[in-house]
Amino acid sequence: MTSPYISIRGVGKSYPAAKTDILALEDVNVDINVGEFISILGPSGCGKSTLLKCVAALEPITQGSIKIKGEEVRLPPENLGIVFQRDVLLDWRTVMDNVLITAELKGLDSKSFLPRAKELLALFGLTEYAHRYPWEMSGGMRQRASICRALLVDPELLLMDEPFGALDALTRDELNLEIRRMWNETKKTVLFVTHSIVEAVHLSTRIVVMAKNPGRIATIIDVDLPEDRPLSIRDSERFTRYVSEIRDMFSSLGIIKGA
Amino acid sequence: MKTVWNRSERLRWVFGFLFAVVLLWELLVWLFGVRTFILPAPSLVLRELVSAPEFYLRHGLFTLMVTLVGFGISAVSGVLLAVAIVYSKILDKTLTPALVSFNAVPKVALAPLFVIWMGTAWEPKVAIAVLISIFPIVIDSVLGLRSIDPEMVNLSKSCRASALKTLWKIRFPNALPSIFSGLKVGISFALIGAVVGEFVAGDTGLGYVILLSQGSFDTPRVFGALILLGVLGTVLFYGLEYLEAKLLPWHVSQRGMHGGVLGH
Repeated sequence: MTSPYISIRGVGKSYPAAKTDILALEDVNVDINVGEFISILGPSGCGKSTLLKCVAALEPITQGSIKIKGEEVRLPPENLGIVFQRDVLLDWRTVMDNVLITAELKGLDSKSFLPRAKELLALFGLTEYAHRYPWEMSGGMRQRASICRALLVDPELLLMDEPFGALDALTRDELNLEIRRMWNETKKTVLFVTHSIVEAVHLSTRIVVMAKNPGRIATIIDVDLPEDRPLSIRDSERFTRYVSEIRDMFSSLGIIKGA
Repeated sequence: MKTVWNRSERLRWVFGFLFAVVLLWELLVWLFGVRTFILPAPSLVLRELVSAPEFYLRHGLFTLMVTLVGFGISAVSGVLLAVAIVYSKILDKTLTPALVSFNAVPKVALAPLFVIWMGTAWEPKVAIAVLISIFPIVIDSVLGLRSIDPEMVNLSKSCRASALKTLWKIRFPNALPSIFSGLKVGISFALIGAVVGEFVAGDTGLGYVILLSQGSFDTPRVFGALILLGVLGTVLFYGLEYLEAKLLPWHVSQRGMHGGVLGH
């Protein structure tokens, strides 16, 4: 038996506060294999973004252990790409230079990544925007550029922190399809934080459902849907069954009232 | 399509307004027969300026040099100080309150001290210019370096970039608009510092000219120097503004000038 790619064991995180410490995460256990698309789904304040930041070593954990390829995570993993909720594009750089910054920050020769950057921009329909500035683009285009930035060095692990939360519904659907297509082609390991049930079911191979106070895993659901997932899959019976199953769970947890 | 004021139209308005003010001034002086040593007519001031071009040039250049050297020292050391304050907790705890309390001292009051220390040539004037102009530069640079989206820092961390690289690639460019607003305040302050220095001691500079002419009730000459100071201050300020527009075409304040928005 091979060990999992990411192993999260007994992870807890607390913030010091005036009276008692605030518990953001409690006893989180999950193993993630190479090539899985995992959604971390839950309401605001359940610690799902915190969990993602802990995996990226951007925030320290206070209990348990997170291991990637058997090694304790202390620094941000070597081969990691992150997409944040806000696109955090740098206003003073063109789209192309924004995508290339990953190489620059990693101390790699950014020129040698030019073909790769062009390829990514083409893949996400941004070729004609390559020499534009971020403020000349719509929210969806900007987030596409930030996905290209995360993919530049071809990371093994892609962390996405509610990347489409600020986009309108139509753009969001479009980007869901693009991400799903990218994953189909590359089979990267993806950790995707979201609060949209539909988005989670559509994209994932497994869904980690979280509850809050304290932030913890409520359950983990395997999503058994075909590889090829057009938007119409959302109307299929199996899809709607997953959605209502998760919705019921949230309502039994008291997260959705009156469902 | 909203009306965009182009450069030439704006200039036309500015000069039109100036011309109207000068005209009114000339008219009022003539109408009420104001005596020259109280308020000279603009035409008289102009005649005064033209009558001694190399005199004004010499004193004007001196003031300009003092201002520029003082401002240059302030700009470089102000930004470096800001970086030190942002990156070091100890420096932040010691330097920031020291700077704030130091700034509370009216620095004009220190001018005589600098004459004792440095003599009556250009050095004390530059020192006062630095002293007055460095504070806004430090404060605005600190503000700019601090106001960064934490996710931008996370982006840099996730790539394991060094602190120096994060400063150079992300923090510093992000702070430039704020640094520039500090510089624009700073350059006007540097000019004030130069004139204060010239008031206190020495025999060159527009400040000295004003003081000297006051002694002999040569009011047209006072006004001549004042007008040159005004021109100097304006040119220096707009020079910086021009530099800002060239360097930061991406910033919100500059955007209207470089074509439209697309992709929406």
